[in-house]
This record gives sequence, C-alpha cells and structure tokens, in this order.
Amino acid sequence: MDYITTMGLEVHTELSTKTKIFCSCSTEFGGEPNTHVCEVCSGMPGTLPVLNEQVVEYAIRVGLATNCEITRYNKFDRKNYFYPDLPKAYQVSQLYLPICRNGHIDIEVGGKKKSIRIHEIHMEEDAGKLIHDPWDDTTLVDFNRCGVPLLEIVSEPDFETGEEVIAYLTKLKAILQYTGVSDCKMEQGSLRADVNLSVRPSTTTELGTRTEMKNINSFKAIARAIEGERKRQIEVLEEGGRVIQETRRWDDNKGASFAMRSKENAQDYRYFPEPDLVPVEISEKWIERVRKEMPELPDAKKARYLAEYGLPEYDVDIITGSKYLVEIFETALDACHEAKEVSNWIMGEVLRMATETKTEVEDIQFDFANLGKLILLVKKNIINRPTAKEVFEKMFTDNVDPEQYVKENGLEMLQDDNLVREVVVRVLADNPKSIAEWKEGNEKVTRFLMGQCMKQLKGKANPGTVNDVIAEELAKM
Amino acid sequence: MDEMKWTALEAGRRIRAHEIGVEELTKACLDEIKKTNDTYHSFITICEQEAMAQAKKVQKGIDDGTLTSPLAGVPMAVKDNMCTKGIETTCASKILTGFRPFYSSTAVHRLEEAGAVILGKLNMDEFAMGSTSETSFYGPVVNPWGEQRSPGGSSGGSAAAVAAQQVFYTLGSDTGGSIRQPASFCGVTGLKPTYGAVSRYGLIAYASSLDQIGPVGKNVEDIAEVLHIISGHDPKDSTSVDAPAIKTVLTGDIQGMRIGIPKEYFGEGLQKDVKDRVLEAAKKLEELGAVVEEFSMPEIDYAIPTYYIIACAEASSNLSRFDGVKYGYAPTEYKDLTDLYYKARSQGFGMEVKRRIMIGAFVLSSGYYDAYYKKALQVKAVIKQSFDRAFEKFDCILSPTAPTTALRLGESLSDPLKMYLGDIYTVSVNLAGLPSLVVPCGFDCEGLPVGLQLTGKAFSESTLLNAGYAYQQATQYHKITPFAAGKEA
Amino acid sequence: MKITDEMIDYIGILARLRLEEDEKESAKVEMEKIINYMDKLNEVDTTGIEAMSHAFPVKNVFRKDEVRPSVPRDEIIANAPRKKDGCFQVPKTVE
Repeated sequence: MDYITTMGLEVHTELSTKTKIFCSCSTEFGGEPNTHVCEVCSGMPGTLPVLNEQVVEYAIRVGLATNCEITRYNKFDRKNYFYPDLPKAYQVSQLYLPICRNGHIDIEVGGKKKSIRIHEIHMEEDAGKLIHDPWDDTTLVDFNRCGVPLLEIVSEPDFETGEEVIAYLTKLKAILQYTGVSDCKMEQGSLRADVNLSVRPSTTTELGTRTEMKNINSFKAIARAIEGERKRQIEVLEEGGRVIQETRRWDDNKGASFAMRSKENAQDYRYFPEPDLVPVEISEKWIERVRKEMPELPDAKKARYLAEYGLPEYDVDIITGSKYLVEIFETALDACHEAKEVSNWIMGEVLRMATETKTEVEDIQFDFANLGKLILLVKKNIINRPTAKEVFEKMFTDNVDPEQYVKENGLEMLQDDNLVREVVVRVLADNPKSIAEWKEGNEKVTRFLMGQCMKQLKGKANPGTVNDVIAEELAKM
Repeated sequence: MDEMKWTALEAGRRIRAHEIGVEELTKACLDEIKKTNDTYHSFITICEQEAMAQAKKVQKGIDDGTLTSPLAGVPMAVKDNMCTKGIETTCASKILTGFRPFYSSTAVHRLEEAGAVILGKLNMDEFAMGSTSETSFYGPVVNPWGEQRSPGGSSGGSAAAVAAQQVFYTLGSDTGGSIRQPASFCGVTGLKPTYGAVSRYGLIAYASSLDQIGPVGKNVEDIAEVLHIISGHDPKDSTSVDAPAIKTVLTGDIQGMRIGIPKEYFGEGLQKDVKDRVLEAAKKLEELGAVVEEFSMPEIDYAIPTYYIIACAEASSNLSRFDGVKYGYAPTEYKDLTDLYYKARSQGFGMEVKRRIMIGAFVLSSGYYDAYYKKALQVKAVIKQSFDRAFEKFDCILSPTAPTTALRLGESLSDPLKMYLGDIYTVSVNLAGLPSLVVPCGFDCEGLPVGLQLTGKAFSESTLLNAGYAYQQATQYHKITPFAAGKEA
Repeated sequence: MKITDEMIDYIGILARLRLEEDEKESAKVEMEKIINYMDKLNEVDTTGIEAMSHAFPVKNVFRKDEVRPSVPRDEIIANAPRKKDGCFQVPKTVE
C-alpha cells in the first residue's frame, strides 16, 4: 500500500544577543561550567527576570522575514515541569499570546514550488546542560546555557517529504542568518528541530497518529530520522498495529528512534501568565522601523542575482543559501565588479578549500576583498590561472594579500613577448622530432611543446600568448 | 530598658545628637532579643556579629556626615523571607535549611545603604502561608499581648518584635493580609504598600502578583520614613515603579477627606468589640474633619476564593524550584532523581505549604484551568472594578482588619478553610494591588488590640498615612504596650 | 466536586509531593472542602470580562543588551547539597 507522510516542524534557534533573555550574563558559547551564571538564571530564591529588549527586536525581525503577523499585545507564560536543567522548574515561554503568527516560508523542491505555513513564533528561555559523569555514574548540571534566548518557530503540518523539510530548514537558516538574529551553528545547538510525523494510507484523508522526535541537530540526522520514523510507523500499521502518540528520541548512531516513556512525565505543563514580567506592547512605529532596517532576504537576493548578474540558478541557490557565502560574494564583487568570476571562484576554489581544510562556511576567515583583487590580477594578465589558484590557497590558509604575495614571490606573468618568442624558437629547434610529427598532422605535439616552453618560462608566461607564438612559429616551418 | 520605648525616629534623632552610640543601642537591642526570644520566638536568626560590624560602620558614617537618613543607626529586623547576603534565609521552612544567599533583597539593601542595623531574621508562617505564624518549622511566634495568643501571620515575628520592643521597626511582607492582620493582633502600625511601590527583588515569592514588602512600626511617622527609603523603581524588578507621590508629608490635616465604610464588612462573623472599636475610630476621624459615608461593596464575598486560587496557583509554580538540588534541605538517601525530588519536597515542606501547592497544581491542571484559575482572574477584574468605583467617591475605605482579635494558639490549625475565611477583609486589597494601612484603634474586652484598616487607591500612600497620622495625633492606642497594660512578660 | 484518590495521586505527581496514607486522607477531605468553597465563584457572571493577570497597566519594561559580570562559580554552587567539578550533582538522568 502507498502511504502519505505528514510532518510539522518545531525549530528552536538560539538568538545571537550578547546577554541572556532575563539577566545580563553573557550568552557566549563554551566556557567552564557555571561561569556564565548569576542568581537570576540559576533560579535562586527571590530573584526576578527583566526582559532583554533585543530579544523582542529580533523576534519581530524574524516574524517580518517569514511573513507573519506581529502580535501587538504580548505576554509571557510559565511552563511548569521538573528537570535538573531547569533551575526554576518552569520555563518562561509564550503560550497564549505568541509574538508572531500566521506566516509562511516558500520553498522549492525538484522545480516544484511550495509554501510552508508558519503557525507561530514565540520567545522563550533555553535550559542548562546535563553532563554524564562516568566516574560516579551521576549527572552534573551546568547552567551556562540557562536563559539564553530562543525563538521557537512552529510550522503547520505542511511537509510530505524529507526533501521539503531540508529545503525549509535551509531557507529558514538562511533567513535567520541574513537577519542577523542567529548564527545557526547546529554543532553548538543554536538550531535544533523537533519533527512531528504521521503516516496514513494514500486512500484516506484523515491524518494518522503523530509522534514527536526531539532535538535533532543536523540536517543529515533529520533526513535519517524522518526516513527511519516513517518506515517504523508504516511497519507498525502493516502489522496491524497502532501508532502511539508519544515523544521519541532519535538515536542517530543506532539509526533508530526510541520511546521516551515515563509515568512521571504527565505532559501537563500547567501554563499560566508569568506574573514577574509585564506585558510587551509593540507599536506600529516599532514594527515599521524594523521593517525599514530589514536587510535583503534570500528570495529577493536570489532574484536580484539572477537578473542583475545573469548567474546560473544553481550557483545562485548555493550562494544565497548562506549568509556567509553572500558575504564573500558581495565583498569580493565590490572589489572587482566581476560577478561571474566571483561566483565561479566561490563555487570552485572557495568551496573546495573549505572541504579540504574541513572548514565550515561560517568559519572561513580570509579577507574577502582579496578574492576580488585576485580576480583582477588574472583579468589584467598579471598572473595566470594556475598561479592564481596557488595564490588563492595561500590566501585561504594564511590570509595573504594577493598583490603583495605575487610581487614578493615574483609570480607575475612575463610581459616580454620577445623573450617568449626566443624560448619558443629554442624549444622548436631542440625538438625536431616533434615538428616532424606535427607536420604529419599530429596536433597533440603542440601541447607537449607548450609544456616545454612553460617549463623554461617557469610557468610565468601567459599561456595564451605562448600558444599563439608556438602557432606562428610552426606556421613558418 | 527605657531606650527600647523610643520610636524609630526618636532613636535616630538621639543617635544623630550623639546622646547614644549606634553600637550601644544595637547592643541593648541584642541583649533584649536574647533575653526575650525564648518567650516570643519572634526571631529565627539573630545576627549579632554582622549587626555589631554594621553598627560600627554606620556610626562612622554618621560621624563623618555621609549617613544622614533619619533612621541611620536604628536597629531593626526583617522577615525571614527576604534574602540577606551571607545570612541564613529560611522562609521558616525546613526546605531552606542552611541557605545563605549571596545577594540581598533590594528593600534590605536600600535600608542598609541608609544606615539601618539589621539584628536578625524574623519568624513567620512557612513561606508566608498562614494567618497565625504557627506553620513555621521553627515553632510558633507568641503574641506579646498574651502567651496563649497568636500574633497573627504570616508576618507574626515582624509584628511581635515591634510590640515586644525588641527592635524599633521591622519589614514584613503582605500577600493577603500578612502585614496588616499581625499588626492588628499585636497593636502596632503596619502598611501594605501599593503593588509595585517596593521592589520584590530578593523577596522569596509566595504569590508573585500579590506579594508586597512593607514596614511595621510603632507609629505612622516611623513607617512613613521606612517607606520613603525602601520604595521606588528597581531595575531588577520589572513590576516595580517610581511613584514620587507616595513620599509623604504628614500634616495631620484630613479636613474634607472622604471616607467610605463598606457595609458588607460589618456583617455576620465580625466580633462585636472589633466592630465597635472600628466604628468609634470612624467617628474619631469624622470629628477630625473627614466625611464618613456608608456604601455597598458586595463583591467582597468572592475575594477569598479568588485570592486562594490565584495565590496557590502562583505558589505551586514559585515553590517548584525547591527540589534538593541547588540549595537547602536534601535527603541523605534516594533511589534516583525522581525519588530525590519527592523526598526533598515531601520532607522539606510543612503540611500547609503542601496543601497550597497541591491546590495550586490542581487549579492549573489540564481540564481545570478555565473553571478555576481563569475564572479567578476574571473575578479579580470584577473586584478591581468595584474598588475603582468606590474610589470615584471616596479617598479611602475604612474597615476592620480581621473579624477577631488575636486567636488562641492552635485554634485554627485544625481547620484550614476556617483560617482562610479569617482573611476576609484583607485579601481583596492584594487582588486589586492597593495600599492599605493598619493602625491600633483600641482593645477588646480581654484587653487584646484591635486594628483599623484604611485602604486607598493605587499609590495614595500619602493620603492613608496622613489619615493614620491624624488619628494617632488624636489617640493614644499606638502608645500602649503590652507591658504598660500590665502584661509584663 | 469529589476529590478522588486518583486526583490526589495525579496532583502529587505534578507537584512532586508524596503524602503518607493518613496525610492523604486528610488532604483529600480538606482539599474537597476548599475546592467546593472556591466553586462559589460560579455565582459571578464573568461573561465578557477579560482575565486580569496584572492589576495595573505597567508595560514594556526592558533591559539593554549589555553584558555584566556573572557571579563567581563558587557562590553559585555554595549552597548545593551535592556538587562536583563546579557543577550541581544529581542522580543520573535517563538518556
């Protein structure tokens, strides 16, 4: 039987504010356990929260970028449950009046466009970290992440395939990065997704029972978790069983999900309005200011790149899919005004070097304007392409200035045509056998002759010029 | 000793006039407390060393002119639900045993900056839940007016310590009457400020939307001065506000002040002596120039259920953090994490606290939220509206503080609902966030004090204090102590 | 409303409180009395009345996004009944 999969996504993203949502502790990642902690974020008795204004600003930004309505009158609510990573035993969140509602993100999979609806976005605080201590088989609690601001972005159940989910997450990640609200470093947990998934026979329209898989933190793991859970549910149904509505944990190493069952886990969070915080009223003026300051978003940027620079859609998709690649592109472009070249370099050498050096795109460090300068060096025939690739590697690893590096290492191409001719004439004279073969119609020998000439010229001649001169000299034979 | 009879402002004056040293006065108070605490149990912690060190520092500040507050150097004490840096803060609960915060509550901090000398932490109902100060893990407080009598609660220690002349003034907290009812039972003056007038930072929460710190003292002038020091916006408390209007100039002139008497507050269940004393006080205020008029406020019937639903709901959440992991009591043995939670909480909390946590968890639980919690928030709005209407006509509302005078110890512990019903005249004030002043207005036939309650609109503390001041200028009740009345301990 | 054993047990789970058998009996009786008294609110017509969580209209109280020093770790964990390596220590959590 054919089955249709239906999925909804809850994405948690840590905001890149300097301080936590309700206290002035730093949000910096890492650091010794419990060193970014004060009486407020560790839930000491008698302490009170004070809202970080930047969190509201960022939430509005994401809301506008995902076509949401912004809630004018906001409140916070408490979500009550016991767990050692939650020092107050409640999480301050928004249940009744979330800051954004009714938005959408448009995705494209296999040339098919689709709009994924956003149910709501709300502000909340992150929990701490639990570390297993193997020595005495206990758990150690670190509150450094406690109170780091989060946005939870809840989609409608509009996904049918894993590809759609990945396309949505890619787009969402780009939006969050473009708007500067999050660095979305999945390996640091600043972007995590919960997947709600159900299957149903294609012959029915009624949705099946859904399960929820929590905190999956890489795109690949999400794709695997979706495939694994879809198969598991279909097997349950095929065997005549029933899917139980439950929370499951995806174990990416084992490639399987496991039920998180506990009788103490009543899932009755007893939400009620947080009395320690006052309402947040967002004015039209505030929203308009945020709208005006909004940077160009991925869709608009893509359209502009296609129209203005005539780049291939595939390349534009890759580049505009990452704020960091966009930054490289636009900085390099400013320095050389050669869009096509910059795009080619990014798609080729930049991504190749990133892969070879195992560098995440966001961690690429060199001065991006130097890529523009490098492109100009090639364009002005000062260096040739093979040399340029060598220089680029040095730029990528050691952030060298290409102009200076070329000069210091004498990498400029020979501009002396007489010298080229001299070398060509000498090489031809030294290789009568090759010339004989050429005369018999073997065109391939020109490549050998070319290599010989470049060797003598130490690779610094313009290959085009050398080629031309060889052709001219051969013609004289 | 004689100096213990001084008011706080008088003590402050004499200190500044160098008639007495801060250390000398502090020592005298500490001696008095040590001598009498076994009788009253008003203190949970006496911090002699810290007090003497502060006294020395304050004396220096007064001498070099950096400390100029009228209360600089005056010994006082705070209810044990306010955090005091380095000093054990217990909320009179086993679950906070040994908890020494590394921060002080803003109210305490502001007093210390003004030169207050804190002598210790005052006994109370556990987590401020109770109306008799008997639910304390450290044993019940005894009312200086009678050894079989409760001082009221939850700020029983705060009222008893002033009545027993152990300190010159104290801080209490009031969630549903916890400053006012003990003030009434102990014959002292107490103020529950407008919600937001005093920062709640460092006050260990019972019900966050209702809790408010306030002063307890020997007369209106003293507590007006304390209010002046502790009030004002605190960047650490989002719900605190600046309200310069509450800074009071006491003129004693209440000519033309419109005072309303809600007739429902004088119905069934009100002890006759209490009713008589309060109505006599109304008469007195009328003589002083106020215009007194009866009116109707039937919504009072719903104040207690509304209050207990909201307070218990917030408490169930606020008290969840006490779990044996971060501070306070932890059992020595447990099977696993869940067992640790159960044991720490079941062994650490007393029965009244457990009851309120469970009521709170119930009214918020799935399926009951709308019927109880949401309904209570709606009725709260109705009660607030009825006060708003009353304040269109009146400057303040005059009423009894409690239906009775001080209860016998042990009398109400067996029947929690009956104890809750005793809060009838006080809880609606917290629901509406209003200021309310209690001043002594006489005695019942057994010689136990009766307190008059004056409630005003938000941030009208100066109106209330001025009325109270006028009343105390014209009466002597606030000057009568349990000792003068022949009840020497 | 009748407060049943199941309700008391369920609330106990939510609140992480375990009552002794005799405590449970009296808790049931007292809670039932109190809850039934609370039902008095049903007499009040609240149609169209907004639930009021804050009694007076303060709004938009914010903090600037400026880092202040955190508290020394020793102070954060000073009161903890069990601690190790600068962390609070609890029995092993499942996962």
